[in-house]
Amino acid sequence: MNSRERVLGRVRRALADVTPQDRPYEEAVPRDYLREHGELTVRQTVELLAENLADYRAIVHRADGEELPLLVTRLLAERGAREVLVPPGLPPEWLPAAGPVRIHDRAADTPQRLDRVDSVVTGCAVAIAETGTIVLDGSPDQGRRRISLVPDHHICVVRVPEQVVSSVPQALERLDPTRPLTWISGPSATSDIELDRVEGVHGPRTLEVILLGRPLSA
Amino acid sequence: MTGTYLGMPAFPKAAADAVHNPTLRGNLRHATHTIRAKRAKAVGELSDWAELREAGRRIKDHTLRHLDRYLLQLEESVTAAGGTVHWAADADEANRIVARLVKETGESEVVKVKSMATQEIGLNEALEAEGIRAYETDLAELIVQLCKDRPSHILVPAIHRNRGEIRDIFRAEMGEWGRPTPEDLTDAPAELAEAARLHLREKFLRAKVGISGANFMVAETGTLVVVESEGNGRMCLTLPETLISVVGIEKVVPAWRDLEVFLQTLPRSSTAERMNPYTSMWTGTTDEDGPRTFHLVLLDNGRTDTLADRVGRQALRCIRCSACLNVCPVYERAGGHAYGSVYPGPIGAILSPQLRGTASEIDASLPYASSLCGACYEVCPVAIDIPEVLVHLRERVVEGGPAVREGNRVVLRPAKGHAAERAAMRAARWAFSHPGALRAGQRLASRTRRLHPRTLPGPGRAWSGTRDLPAVPPEPFRDWWQRTRGGKDGAR
Repeated sequence: MNSRERVLGRVRRALADVTPQDRPYEEAVPRDYLREHGELTVRQTVELLAENLADYRAIVHRADGEELPLLVTRLLAERGAREVLVPPGLPPEWLPAAGPVRIHDRAADTPQRLDRVDSVVTGCAVAIAETGTIVLDGSPDQGRRRISLVPDHHICVVRVPEQVVSSVPQALERLDPTRPLTWISGPSATSDIELDRVEGVHGPRTLEVILLGRPLSA
Repeated sequence: MTGTYLGMPAFPKAAADAVHNPTLRGNLRHATHTIRAKRAKAVGELSDWAELREAGRRIKDHTLRHLDRYLLQLEESVTAAGGTVHWAADADEANRIVARLVKETGESEVVKVKSMATQEIGLNEALEAEGIRAYETDLAELIVQLCKDRPSHILVPAIHRNRGEIRDIFRAEMGEWGRPTPEDLTDAPAELAEAARLHLREKFLRAKVGISGANFMVAETGTLVVVESEGNGRMCLTLPETLISVVGIEKVVPAWRDLEVFLQTLPRSSTAERMNPYTSMWTGTTDEDGPRTFHLVLLDNGRTDTLADRVGRQALRCIRCSACLNVCPVYERAGGHAYGSVYPGPIGAILSPQLRGTASEIDASLPYASSLCGACYEVCPVAIDIPEVLVHLRERVVEGGPAVREGNRVVLRPAKGHAAERAAMRAARWAFSHPGALRAGQRLASRTRRLHPRTLPGPGRAWSGTRDLPAVPPEPFRDWWQRTRGGKDGAR
């Protein structure tokens, strides 16, 4: 008997008390928890996102389409970035014509090569206001998981309000589980030394989030 | 479980040593009180916490009650997504599978994400015996590994170390394993974290094999989930060419949607954050993004034995948040090492004796490592009734009885050293069923109260050595009631 049979056999014997009349999954789990906490307007939801991002030490900026390349230029310059990593499908108009050298992530590139890049600019799949989280799903405007990990400075652009949801349940509804997903809430951090929070251990030490869109009324 | 813990003294002895270590007590008190207060605030933000907790409990219970079905579905989903599934009945088998998989890659070193399951099976030691070096990459696990210590907390394994100790460990040991610390390293947390960053980065960038556990596995989609803070998890999960995940069979949940419950309750219960900095989710392999080969090792190692116990099986609902440790008055004073297991605190006190059985001295003592105050049950995000299981396991230790070990039904004999307790229980049973004798005994006890010793003789000495004996009242309650109320209904 192989281990698969052995383990499954043990499971079945252990569950001898479970009858076929046991309640099916749909009935067994109550879903009376909230789909979102509080009834916020679209504008309030975006405000909450900005607040919670900042609370977890992400740096939040706002820009409309025309201002974006200038803002990105300034942020890269402030970091002294000489090279900026860009995913293949990043809208070209997000970056200035001049500025740091654009590096494309090629599968053949070693992690050591990526480690020499200063900054990365990506889009995102969805942003969650209640938790201050951005989610990347590997789409062409976000690229491979490693590009938002190895460089020390990550600029993430969130389209407001269309990419913003209130809550974790709403985010999961929008996401495709077959894609590799990375949920990011603030920059890399540790609390392992006397529970003092220190930003930046292995992931980017600086996370800047740009909320892209026209200011929302009410 | 891992040999590291074999031969540990029973809980009372280990705890007595820990209680006399003022540094340890200070570190622990600071840490548990800090995180306790933060957690209460984070949980307080969600008005539907009770509903989320109940949903989490029901999802886990339902999954456990149909575990065979969901494991098969998971296997099918993971395989369809390009992964390979292995089954391991015990720790040795899991270690053999992982060692073989690593050897097949031709590599002799691996990077590891912090994982309770791999600690439980002693994977690092098993790999070392095969000539494979495993690098822990979580900052706290790194500290523990560098000084050949053992973790003492589920979430913050080096909670028993303060910054000065950590600096000394880094200075003394990092050079042995790779990049040494800067000469002038101070004990500032930011500097210590930076030293760890530089030390580990060279390992991340060259690693070809990563090893992880998982917080959740979704049967419906084959998705695995790892929550973490530092980014070391993302490094291990995405940079290597081969990824091997060792996961307990109880970590499966039926549907993608179920994550909406646990991704709200886990971070708030464990690190007291709205969301932990990084969560990685992967389904099999993805072309040109992340590892090209993915192996999932499904681990039993005592879990099916636990499942066979109708009272004790609820321990398998645990999502390893560690909230129960941080509120436990016993853990706060005794520290994690006293529990003699990778699972310390209240959850460890019910999990270890079930996963390993109650045959050893330490495992037989763990159900007593509690004051039964119930704080652990209150904070548990999946509502595990830890006191209920503790009492159930105490009964098993004292009385013996039927249980399942390694899949076989056995009848346990009472554990040694509980003869006095058993005799006392038998005597109490007899007395309570003979009211006349009970009354006579109580009156006798009251009349002789001035003659009672302060400590118990013989086998009772151990008990009274750490407790004050209750004073016997001058008059039995029933006599007092008879005298003052005349036994009539309706007090004035």
